[in-house]
Amino acid sequence: MTIVIKGGSIVGANGITSADVLVENDVIVKVGKNLTGDTTLDASGCHIFPGFVDLHAHLREPGREDTETIETASRAGAKGGYTALIAMPNTNPAHDSVTVIEFVREQGRKAGLLDVFPSGCITMGRQGEALAPLAELSAAGVRIFTDDGSGVQDPVLMGRAMQYAKSLGVTMAQHCEVSALTQGAVMNECGCSSDMGVPGWPAIAEEMMVQRDIEMSRITGASVHFLHLSTARSVDLVRDAKAQGLNVTAEVTPHHLSLTQELLTTFDPVYKVNPPLRSMKDIQALKVGLLDGTIDAVATDHAPHARRDKELTLDQAPPGMIGLETALGVVLSAVDLDPVQIAAVMSRNPARIAQITEQHGHNISVGDIAHLCVVDLDALWQVDPSKMASKSRNTPFVGRQLRGMVRSTMYRGQITVQDGVAQK
Amino acid sequence: MKHLRSISEIGAEGLLRILNLTESMAEINTRSVPKVPALRGKTVVSLFFEDSTRTRLSFETAAKRLSAETMNFSISTSSVNKGESLRDTIETITDMGVDAFVVRHKSVGVPWQISQWTNASIINAGDGAHQHPTQALVDCFTVREALGSQDLSGLNLTIVGDIKHSRVARSNIQAFCLLGANITLVAPPTLLPLNIEHWPVKVSNDLDAVLASTNVLYMLRLQSERMAQGLVPSLHEYSTRYGLDERRVAALQSSAVVMHPGPMNRGVEMLIDPSDIPNSLIHRQVTNGVSVRMAVLFDLLSAEEM
Ligand SMILES: [Zn+2]
Ligand SMILES: [Zn+2]
Repeated sequence: MTIVIKGGSIVGANGITSADVLVENDVIVKVGKNLTGDTTLDASGCHIFPGFVDLHAHLREPGREDTETIETASRAGAKGGYTALIAMPNTNPAHDSVTVIEFVREQGRKAGLLDVFPSGCITMGRQGEALAPLAELSAAGVRIFTDDGSGVQDPVLMGRAMQYAKSLGVTMAQHCEVSALTQGAVMNECGCSSDMGVPGWPAIAEEMMVQRDIEMSRITGASVHFLHLSTARSVDLVRDAKAQGLNVTAEVTPHHLSLTQELLTTFDPVYKVNPPLRSMKDIQALKVGLLDGTIDAVATDHAPHARRDKELTLDQAPPGMIGLETALGVVLSAVDLDPVQIAAVMSRNPARIAQITEQHGHNISVGDIAHLCVVDLDALWQVDPSKMASKSRNTPFVGRQLRGMVRSTMYRGQITVQDGVAQK
Repeated sequence: MKHLRSISEIGAEGLLRILNLTESMAEINTRSVPKVPALRGKTVVSLFFEDSTRTRLSFETAAKRLSAETMNFSISTSSVNKGESLRDTIETITDMGVDAFVVRHKSVGVPWQISQWTNASIINAGDGAHQHPTQALVDCFTVREALGSQDLSGLNLTIVGDIKHSRVARSNIQAFCLLGANITLVAPPTLLPLNIEHWPVKVSNDLDAVLASTNVLYMLRLQSERMAQGLVPSLHEYSTRYGLDERRVAALQSSAVVMHPGPMNRGVEMLIDPSDIPNSLIHRQVTNGVSVRMAVLFDLLSAEEM
């Protein structure tokens, strides 16, 4: 059984070539002109990318299957062009045992829509008190460790985690937030938070931890990944650290590239997210950072929440927004990226950070596993929550017109999405 | 005007209209039977998630004097399961037929959230540290009454105390600014909000330096929990630097007036008995509360038919 993807422009690491791609079973077997196969997937007018890789998705299973399951998140991911997701550890129970890691991976396999790679907790139950069994989890295949949802506050504990990370060759991914500085915070500390009389989440609460972990990476040599950078100063810190040759990487979310703190003045908890939406100045710095390579990847921080939870008061509603199905469109509408840059920040760099380059983030050449997505970069479309595959609807982009649409996604040689519609 | 959730949403026009309407309501309140049928058939629900008998009674009295039906739901936030049923509560009461909700909640923004779930008018009776617009209307009316002038332009208003956590301050800054007053905020640096360069105010940490030029001295309540939070080193230091005592009253111009939204924290921000302050408006603030709230209810609820 062969499928030929016809008429598209292939986005390789170094440039774009117009060619057809022939896939047999789950492997790319031929790249060239005028190929034929048993089935044809039309890609005319579109670009063919290596399947996207999301470094940061909250899948909510186990624990909150009412808001998302690994299957529904996988389908949402496929619609967004993703063929791999890194599952965040703040489930219930958390990803601090091999049992949970294997459960998550197995649920991903059962859904069969993309590869689910569970992250592991840095500390037991994400409590920040005792190290999780890092070596054991690493032996079970975990390559990224994080307590996301919160940052590891104790520098002694974090230092030890980094020593482990160095010896195991895994990455520590930090949610940078000095929690003593963000008590009760609902939004960025700014003029708006003062107008509204709400406690602010100051930029320094992120930057202090970015700085701390840069220094710890310097001492231990461990590789550190900074989740969802949100401030201009954080971008500068990471840029300097990279210039010094330190082993650090960083991601930015679509919403931090496109939405500002002023939206919170509507009091709508859909805009509450952690770290919070910041200023236009921060957005500009994040865009510059993404374009100059300081920020390696776009990651969604897809965070489904039940409608009832997002109808709580602003101070009580949980932070987070869904993002898998809108990521590409939001990013392309906000930042002027060329196709090679898109492939880098959406697929190749995150695959490298997640250490999954054997199967993901490839160059679309013969022998690669057929993880691909077909994107119409110029198509305009409107965000319609009723058409979303995610079980939750907490998107701040309702009704927005976005540029750049995922037409089709191929996972292990199987078409999971065609013409924007999930195939299973 | 559909809602009164903040001063800024009604603007100068709405503010002046309500202040003028309050004059007529004050006249009704001097009658032997202070009751008119203006809002007969209307239903006003007071929905207090945070205790404030004084504000609630002021609204309920106002509604009754306009012949509106009143319903009272006092819901302690602890009994509401994490605020989970807020929408259900609103929708259920709305189905019973409601024209206005008077809402007090400790969380900022609740009056705006609620207005998505009901067609009734929303009156904000205090949301967290954000807004308390009827208090600001009371205060503006009281100052106009005391000065015998509708024009407050050029008036020097000094607000002293915990600005950072004060909804009264936020509403009064908006209101007095619309009326043309010059506003100075006086507080220790930790009780001033950050990033307020865009506020139309001057800021000072030194109360004694501004007393001589003050026409209206507005004292805010300092809650003792601010000390527990480490925002002030001690209540003693606070009251020494920012409390109103005889010496400071004497330093005011003889025509200057003193206000406080209540309840007072004696021995903290008030070191003198209010009855010993020659130009205290504190009692007038309480008295005028009912007239102002009558004006607000009348303005919101009779508008549709006019
Ligand atoms: Zn996070
Ligand atoms: Zn996250």
